[in-house]
Amino acid sequence: MLTVVIIFLWASLLLYLLLGGADFGAGIIEVFTSRANKTQTRKTLYRAIGPIWEANHMWLIIAIVILFVGFPAIYATMSVHLHIPLTIMLLGIIARGTAFSFRHYDAVVDDMQHLYNRIFGISSVITPLFLGIIAGSTVSRHIDPQARTFLDAYIFSWLHPFPIAVGLFTVAICGFLAAVYLVGETDTPSERQQFVDKVKGMNILAVVCGGLVFLAAYWEGIPLMDWVFGHPLGLLGVLAASASLVLLWYLLLHGKGTVLRLLAGFQVMMILFVATYRHFPNLVLLKGGGYLSLLEHRGQDKTIQALGLALLLGSVLILPALIYLIYSFQKKEPKQAPVY
Amino acid sequence: MDDFLAARSQMALSLGFHIVFSCIGMVMPFFMAVSHYLWLKTNAMVYQNVTKAWSKGVAIFFAVGAVSGTVLSFELGLLWPTFMKHAGPIFGMPFSLEGTAFFIEAIALGFYLYGWGRFNPWFHWVTGVVVGISGLTSGILVVAANAWMNSPAGFDFVNGQYLNVDPIQAMFNKAWFSQALHMSIAAFAATGFAVAGVHALMILKNKNVDFHRKAFKIAALFACLAAILQPLSGDHSAKDVAQRQPAKLAAMEAHFRTEKRAALVIGGIPDADAERVNYAIKIPGGLSFLAHGDFDAEVKGLDQIPKAFHPPVAITHYAFQIMVGLGMAMLLLSLLYLWALWKKKTDRSWLLKLFVVAIPLGFIAVEAGWTVTEVGRQPWIIYGIMRTADAVTPMPGIAYSFYLFTAVYLSLAGVVVFMLYRQIKMVDQLYDRPQGVKEYH
Ligand code: HDD
Ligand code: HEM
Ligand code: HEM
Repeated sequence: MLTVVIIFLWASLLLYLLLGGADFGAGIIEVFTSRANKTQTRKTLYRAIGPIWEANHMWLIIAIVILFVGFPAIYATMSVHLHIPLTIMLLGIIARGTAFSFRHYDAVVDDMQHLYNRIFGISSVITPLFLGIIAGSTVSRHIDPQARTFLDAYIFSWLHPFPIAVGLFTVAICGFLAAVYLVGETDTPSERQQFVDKVKGMNILAVVCGGLVFLAAYWEGIPLMDWVFGHPLGLLGVLAASASLVLLWYLLLHGKGTVLRLLAGFQVMMILFVATYRHFPNLVLLKGGGYLSLLEHRGQDKTIQALGLALLLGSVLILPALIYLIYSFQKKEPKQAPVY
Repeated sequence: MDDFLAARSQMALSLGFHIVFSCIGMVMPFFMAVSHYLWLKTNAMVYQNVTKAWSKGVAIFFAVGAVSGTVLSFELGLLWPTFMKHAGPIFGMPFSLEGTAFFIEAIALGFYLYGWGRFNPWFHWVTGVVVGISGLTSGILVVAANAWMNSPAGFDFVNGQYLNVDPIQAMFNKAWFSQALHMSIAAFAATGFAVAGVHALMILKNKNVDFHRKAFKIAALFACLAAILQPLSGDHSAKDVAQRQPAKLAAMEAHFRTEKRAALVIGGIPDADAERVNYAIKIPGGLSFLAHGDFDAEVKGLDQIPKAFHPPVAITHYAFQIMVGLGMAMLLLSLLYLWALWKKKTDRSWLLKLFVVAIPLGFIAVEAGWTVTEVGRQPWIIYGIMRTADAVTPMPGIAYSFYLFTAVYLSLAGVVVFMLYRQIKMVDQLYDRPQGVKEYH
């Protein structure tokens, strides 16, 4: 059962990064779209993410619940030492979620829309930025349970170049995912061209930020090079990701939307894999060489058992419905005009 | 503000905020399903309009409910890490099942809101019902987790260690049923009266009367049924509390001294130092009867409980009085409405005006009820096992976080009210057009 639980944890993180990420990315892209094209972009965006919007964000909650039920010590340590970035991320989630629905359900369309749009855009950048910062801090050995001062315990647990670089990289990845996703949603060649350009832009941004991550790792003495290239599995992951990237660029202009999405999703999966497999089962690396491990710092067997069963039961119920939801809204226009 | 107080206030604020949205998220889908059903059966446009107008409101509430719930799942750890470290694996079962329920709710809502005209009408209707059922299920599950804090079960507490954890037993603790039942009914009463009141107001203003009358009737019927059941379930809860948390019961009733034939204290100002209640109405034997079903039964008072473990008496007592008082008021209004319905006099303006007055009552009662439950549990976070003060985060400066979240929640509440106002203002333009005119959007 422990394996089941860990797989679910990893999978829900991946799915949050992919689906929630594409969703953040949609907001990021909107920020980077010229004013003239904004309305059209927004329309495409909404059509694409509207129906599955709520579900995309459930993955984060699933991951959190797995963490606090199955691995309470890890959840507690992260909650204490990453309190500040977590709080900022939460504020981002609040702002974004509400702005998103307000702008679509406000019965009156007027100047308030600008406000909603502005908040939506800003929080679409902040949230993944801090998500990345949190992820980066967990592996960069800055969290120090023995810290004495406020700064050491609560600020320098995350405020370092490496976590910030990971944060920026996450933002770029989200933008990239959304752009790829939206290429498949476009109707006209000119619109498609527009999103293809966005894919390229975001991809370049991601590569630059990825470079920053390596630089920062080198600077802080984090053995990222070794994690990524030091093991055949890591190398394999990198190669697979690169190959699919080349294919993606090749197919961008004429390929099918679904294929593009799968390729982009595969790349992100490889990135997450490469980033996590080498220090598995350690989820958090602490200052001074300590760690919090999924194998050692877990709840009692009965808890893991029950959690695993609940997750299996849940996925039997959820997955078919979710797949049918996504499938249903892939078919473009409804037979009769929808209300919204 | 000291950090401990700030953490408690932030928790209370977040939960008090979330509960409003979650009640509406749990209950409105049922109202929608009824009016949707009536539309499918009668083909009367007005029911479709009611359904659509409501579903827009629900979408707004759902989004705010979802984000405030997400915040809560983090806040449990951000504010109470020590609690979560020990409690997480024990009371986590309902949370992990709840994840499933939320997920299904979110998926079904996607189908429902975006599915107009896309699916078989009855499939579409069923997705709406699924939204309601899964919402209600998730509400029941979280409340079961809360009930565990009141009535810990499913582990052995030996020398500060939590051994032999059994998450299933923890979920089915002694308090879960009475709390979940009472909470679910409360959600129907609170949402029902709020919705009915808004439509009553519009009828009084003579706007789109047909539309609002239909909407009013659906909401009012749900509300009245719930308000009639609520005192019964409340009585059950009180008996339950008397069994498992005598300190809470004593605080609710401001019952300082253990006695037989204990009086029911209504109103009054508790004086915790002098251990008595001033200016109260007392019904001899009333408390004994309510708590144990026997006018002569002995009811434990606060004197049986060490001072260090007394909950704040005044807050708990006032909150309890408010809840019960409002519960009685809603009960009366419900009986009045049913009588008017029977006499076919539901259009009387005094009755509608009473419903307008009742808009906030249910929600005030909900907040008061939770105050009873949560404040009455103090100083424990896990009753009898862990003290709240020992669970709080070591991080200093929580006061700032509290101010920040207060500002955020206040502005959110403001925007939601503003949106609803605009929603209602637009009803005639959106839904009162002659047939054949194009949709607004
Ligand atoms: C519409 C809202 C509403 C109304 C009219 C009432 N209640 Fe209530 N009450 C709640 C809403 C509520 C609540 C907010 O839903 C609580 C908080 C925790 C819970 O399970 O339900 C609650 C808790 C609660 C508790 C504490 C349960 C515990 O700590 O486990 C008791 C003893 C009562 N109620 C009793 C009553 C009585 C005797 C009522 C008589 C009219 C009553 N309530 C009306
Ligand atoms: C939604 C309705 C709820 C409301 C309005 C509410 C209200 C409150 C209030 C007023 C407090 C502060 C009590 C004090 O410190 O004096 C509190 C504390 C707390 N509540 Fe609730 N509560 C609700 C439901 C829940 C649920 C469902 C859970 C858990 C599953 C929960 C967990 C907690 C925790 C962990 C604390 C902090 C520790 C404590 O003060 O005991 N609450 N809540
Ligand atoms: C009595 C207390 C509570 C009740 C009755 C309740 C009920 C609900 C309901 C019905 C929803 C669905 C949202 C909607 O329809 O608007 C919801 C959302 C949510 N709640 Fe609560 N809740 C309570 C307390 C809590 C607590 C203590 C937590 C966290 C630990 C929590 C976490 C969540 C989460 C994560 C969501 C979002 C799920 C989504 O995206 O659909 N809730 N809650």
